[in-house]
Amino acid sequence: MDRMNARVRMQLYGALLLLPAAVLLATFAYLPTIATLINSLFLPGFRGAPTEFVGLENYRLLVEDSTFWRVARNNLIYALGTIPTSIALALAMALFVNARLPGRGFVRMAYFTPTILPMIAAANIWMFFYAPQIGLFNKLLGALGLSGVNWLGDPSVALTSVIVMTVWKEAGFFMIFYLAALQGMPPELREAADLEGTSRWSFFWRVTFPLLMPTTLFVLINALINAVRVVDHLFILTKGGPNNATNLLLYYVYENAFSFFDRTYAATITVVILLVLAIVATVKFSILDRRTHYQ
Amino acid sequence: MSRTTAPLARRPTALRLPGLETLAAWLLAIVWIFPLLYAVWAAFHPPAFMVRFDLFAPLTLDNFANAWAQAPFARYYLNTFLLVTGVVLAQFVVCTLAGFAFARFPIPGKDFLFMLVLIQLFVFPEVLIVENYRIASTLGLVDTITGIGLPYVASAFGIFLLRQTFKTIPRELEDAARIEGCGWMAILLKVYVPLAKPTYLAYGLVSISHHWNNFLWPLVVTNSVESRPLTVGLGVFSAPETGVNWATVSAATLLSIAPLLIAFLLFQRQFVQSFLRSGIR
Repeated sequence: MDRMNARVRMQLYGALLLLPAAVLLATFAYLPTIATLINSLFLPGFRGAPTEFVGLENYRLLVEDSTFWRVARNNLIYALGTIPTSIALALAMALFVNARLPGRGFVRMAYFTPTILPMIAAANIWMFFYAPQIGLFNKLLGALGLSGVNWLGDPSVALTSVIVMTVWKEAGFFMIFYLAALQGMPPELREAADLEGTSRWSFFWRVTFPLLMPTTLFVLINALINAVRVVDHLFILTKGGPNNATNLLLYYVYENAFSFFDRTYAATITVVILLVLAIVATVKFSILDRRTHYQ
Repeated sequence: MSRTTAPLARRPTALRLPGLETLAAWLLAIVWIFPLLYAVWAAFHPPAFMVRFDLFAPLTLDNFANAWAQAPFARYYLNTFLLVTGVVLAQFVVCTLAGFAFARFPIPGKDFLFMLVLIQLFVFPEVLIVENYRIASTLGLVDTITGIGLPYVASAFGIFLLRQTFKTIPRELEDAARIEGCGWMAILLKVYVPLAKPTYLAYGLVSISHHWNNFLWPLVVTNSVESRPLTVGLGVFSAPETGVNWATVSAATLLSIAPLLIAFLLFQRQFVQSFLRSGIR
């Protein structure tokens, strides 16, 4: 009887300890998620209050909205443009810095520093490069006698410019995970390979790269999340323009909610983002963590 | 290829790089640091030297003075400072309690609850800006520093990290404390928290850099100088349509990143280690 009581008391105590976190998570994560799902089934009433239930009407609008498809396509291109490049660069950086290299400390710092800048500051700095008349890139092109490019104003170039900046910002962050993995590799492998006379190239592809696979998957998940979550730089560089050429999903949500005041349509686009994140989460929890148990 | 000495040492066999790779590594490093160096150049020289690289160009602090005079950066600094300290302290308290509960208490359905918490690793406040804005306005938190920080306080990442750390602490220590008459709170504060110091440091650094740099949610939820953090202040100040002079924008950018950048340069190792630990997301 006494023991029962002690156990119930422990449970109660534990629940109380969880309470603050539970309340906050419910308020700012679960409730808004559910509200987003519900709101996507309504049309906005006066002053943006959801009034009229319309079922899947918003989703029909979404499918017919050519801007949405443009934005979704942009986001896909953005992901495909940033992720493999930054992963490859991050791996190269880690290999460089892991080897004996004169001035290694400086090189490592140079690679990593963009990571700790706010995206908004990074965008400001890159604005100096990209600006049409006075930007550094066009000045340099002009000095070579070439005509300038409208880096952010030309719809066929703008998204690439945004991608380049993002790669610069992200690669150093991914580098540290590769670096840690490389430093955890047993040196015996390299020594054995040396005895066998394996070339560095085939050692990398047959030993190092496969052993780094868990790191690559981890970095990939992070990069995928960032590709839908981080749109800060758009506020400075392009505001999604020209003509939506650089608009990304989350920025489109922001525009719909806070510029066009169409909250239910913004909710509908948010559902698409949540779906993408749900897929990423499922992949992470089912494939990546199958071996690592949270115990 | 020469073998390195001391085969017993668990250091990786550092390979000797051929000259070409050294060159590539350095070239990449220069390309990578160049934008920041360029911002420094632009900030410390008169606007006329933005794209004229003259070694003897006159140095000036005017750009900083202009930036400081044209926007309330002192207030932005204060706001960011209050925001970051507030968020980190609140996170420490809330995540410690939750992490402790998950690590040591027999709560029914604990595994399921923990999975629910982990969902927040993917669904962050900035993805839910529309609804979170409505909730913040219902709670009267729009345009307050609390409103910026509160959605981040129950951080799944913090709960996860602290739970993992608490689980590695031997029960014997807990038992010993109990024999000395400690209750649960005393055990938490005297045994668990002190032993988890490295975790707090790592998590604190990651959290500080995240909230110092955060932009989208603060932008949405604030609309006055009194609550705007540095990032939003900088965004408003340097938006291209405001037509502010570039050298001034450059100075303003450096002003906003300086404290974190200097902290990073001084404590590089701790920062990198902390970011590595954040590698569970």
